[in-house]
Amino acid sequence: MSGDGQPADAEPAATAGPAEANIPDDADVDVEDIDPEAADSSVEEDAKTVPAGLPLRVQNLRKQFGGITAVDGASFEVEEGSLTGLIGPNGAGKSTTFNCITGVHQADGGTVLFQGEDITGRKPHEIANRGLVRTFQIARELEAMTVLENLMLAPRGQVGERMLHSILPGLRGDVVAQETELRDRVWETLEFFEIDHLAEEYAGNLSGGQRKLLELARALMVEPDMLLLDEPFAGVNPSLEEKLLDRIHDLREQGYTFLLVEHDMDLIMENCEHVIVMHQGKVLAEGSAEDIRNNDQVIDAYLGDEI
Amino acid sequence: MSRVWNAVPDFFKQSDLRMVGGLLLLVYVVYALVNGFFAIVNNAGAVNAVVNSLASITFLMAVYAMMALALNLHWGYTGLFNIGIAGFMAVGVYASAILVAPPSGSPPGLGLPVPVAIVGGVLIAAIIGGIAALPALQLEADYLAIVTVGFSEIIRLTLQASHFAGTVQNPSASGYNVVSIFGVEFGTGGGQGITTISNSPMEFLFEGESGPTVLGQAVYPAADAIGIPEPVVLDLAYAFFLLLVVVSLYYVLLLRIGNSPFGRVLKAIREDDLVARSLGKDTRGFKIKVFMVGCGLMGLGGILWQGSFGFVNPNTFRPILTFYIFTALIVGGAGSNTGSVVGGAVFAAFLFEGPKLAARLIDAVAQLLFGGLPAPNNFYAAVVTLNPIAWLGYLVENVASLKFVFLGAVIVYLMQNRSDGLLGDRKEIASSVDLSQRPERPSAAADGGEPSDTAPSQGGEGS
Ligand SMILES: Nc1ncnc2c1ncn2[C@@H]1O[C@H](COP(=O)(O)OP(=O)(O)O)[C@@H](O)[C@H]1O
Ligand SMILES: [Mg+2]
Repeated sequence: MSGDGQPADAEPAATAGPAEANIPDDADVDVEDIDPEAADSSVEEDAKTVPAGLPLRVQNLRKQFGGITAVDGASFEVEEGSLTGLIGPNGAGKSTTFNCITGVHQADGGTVLFQGEDITGRKPHEIANRGLVRTFQIARELEAMTVLENLMLAPRGQVGERMLHSILPGLRGDVVAQETELRDRVWETLEFFEIDHLAEEYAGNLSGGQRKLLELARALMVEPDMLLLDEPFAGVNPSLEEKLLDRIHDLREQGYTFLLVEHDMDLIMENCEHVIVMHQGKVLAEGSAEDIRNNDQVIDAYLGDEI
Repeated sequence: MSRVWNAVPDFFKQSDLRMVGGLLLLVYVVYALVNGFFAIVNNAGAVNAVVNSLASITFLMAVYAMMALALNLHWGYTGLFNIGIAGFMAVGVYASAILVAPPSGSPPGLGLPVPVAIVGGVLIAAIIGGIAALPALQLEADYLAIVTVGFSEIIRLTLQASHFAGTVQNPSASGYNVVSIFGVEFGTGGGQGITTISNSPMEFLFEGESGPTVLGQAVYPAADAIGIPEPVVLDLAYAFFLLLVVVSLYYVLLLRIGNSPFGRVLKAIREDDLVARSLGKDTRGFKIKVFMVGCGLMGLGGILWQGSFGFVNPNTFRPILTFYIFTALIVGGAGSNTGSVVGGAVFAAFLFEGPKLAARLIDAVAQLLFGGLPAPNNFYAAVVTLNPIAWLGYLVENVASLKFVFLGAVIVYLMQNRSDGLLGDRKEIASSVDLSQRPERPSAAADGGEPSDTAPSQGGEGS
């Protein structure tokens, strides 16, 4: 959003602002680093020796639901500042992969590294506070809150989230001051997404496409370093889809990293420089759009599933 | 319902204060007229009857408003389905009663000063709330409901049990039942109940060690001159203290909690907990905090309500009390603080006490018209008379129990026709600033003139 968010300063930005908010998390990390078996810490060391250009690294991720193996040893990496596509037929395990990365589900095996740190098994809020934020396949707007409230919720490190700050006369001034700043940013974001005319509407009254925009806008208000978008174009009409894609390209140029799930092959091919294909819980192929287009296995998988 | 609303003069719709004020005015006029009329028909003192009824209805409106506000924090804002309110009130009342009771009393207590006992009671209610909620908040929402109602009943039954009553104080006696923790001895009074902090909380203002205080000397004779006895003066003073001071404080506190980033997270938890977590909010921490604060406020509500009669027993804290408070909140509109106050007042004046008032009115009118109503012994006897006047007599006679039928009918009607309650559909925006205020359009530089932040502002730098 800021316009000067280059890849290089993405990480300091994440820790500088909401410093207080991050302290407990960091403390947690230290404790956990000592605790688990040596295997984990060697993974971490590996991670640190890899050049910092791969904010997200998923290694051998596994997730089972009863008898179904939804994710079956998936491994992939996402390059900093890229718009990476993750495609695969329905049921390939894309959403489950997202859920495991963001702590919504506990993986049964494998490791997730974000910016060189092991975040496997961390809680969703801890992962978000590290700068990895996701949207949902089915938009989860906060219905009975207005669009403005939805966006105001997201920013990290709000002093007013501490109850005493919000209550006590001497401290509430800080809260008001910070909220005034945030409000300006929220309006800017609404204008950027061209939903400012809906600002005071309840989110529940928005159309499907508008909800998708709202969700993306809200995720951006967290000021993350990386965004995981789960089918952001599902249910969005073509002109709005165009608009959303433009937004995403704009943001990528500002330094954000995106991992985009989509089952529309063409859309991914046209917009992503790097594409990962999942099939039956495994990574089937990976490469440039051109490589994928000519990959026989991918063609088989897609034709086989008739997508 | 909307036709009723349209008939309300615009003056009262312009601000929340006017609306609540208008509602109180309406209640007072109705209660004064009916009770005055009833007293005159029965040749009793009209002024005393009116003032007495105003004192008691003000008290009830205030306590229900307080409790609805506290519940609004749990249910209205955060969506925490706490149906153990009565239990948390009991904890507040009993904890304060035990803290204040003299060590030599029966049951014995800690003999602490009243203010310490009140603060202690509130803290203990908050802590017990935290203990109750801690395991349940991790589970699905429904578990909290089960755990709280179970907890509430366990508390009541524990208070009732003779094992902890503290009434048999001879250690060698067979029924010895004083509780001793770290050498501190106390008891709950068991089924017989316990003496609470006060039986007349305002007495200290009017009566000193040696006769009436300056205030008492000024007010008592004046009240006496118009036929109002001293206890009624004290009741009236306490009722207005609760309404004007305590309810206002609860209201301001909840408004501040609600209209803030903290309140915004609570709302988000209510709407979709996973979204809040995915945006980096540690929702469990928020829920525990808010549960404890709400339980503390419920404990305080109990102390100021059931703790003000001088005596209380565990029967007071049956689950029906929780049901009443939920009804008050739902009538007013869960999620709205003004709605909570309105709900408390409407519930107390029209739903809880209304049937009794209507019965009085009918009784008084009937006395004037035909010298009184017949009073059939039972429902069958009433029906077979085939006389509507006898039916009416039966209704009036049994209004205390028929009230529940009425209450149920009103709730069913509200759920079907206005499930948001009276004020629940209002937009109360969770923020300390007016979000609709848009920044000035051409704002290339900082708008204020302070060149402090060149970089776009982020998160918590400000403080
Ligand atoms: N919560 C769940 N419980 C049980 N099975 C699930 C759950 N979530 C996903 N699955 C199953 O896991 C497999 C992968 O699903 P998903 O990750 O949603 O696929 P995709 O997003 O690629 O379409 C599917 O077979 C699906 O039915
Ligand atoms: Mg999916």
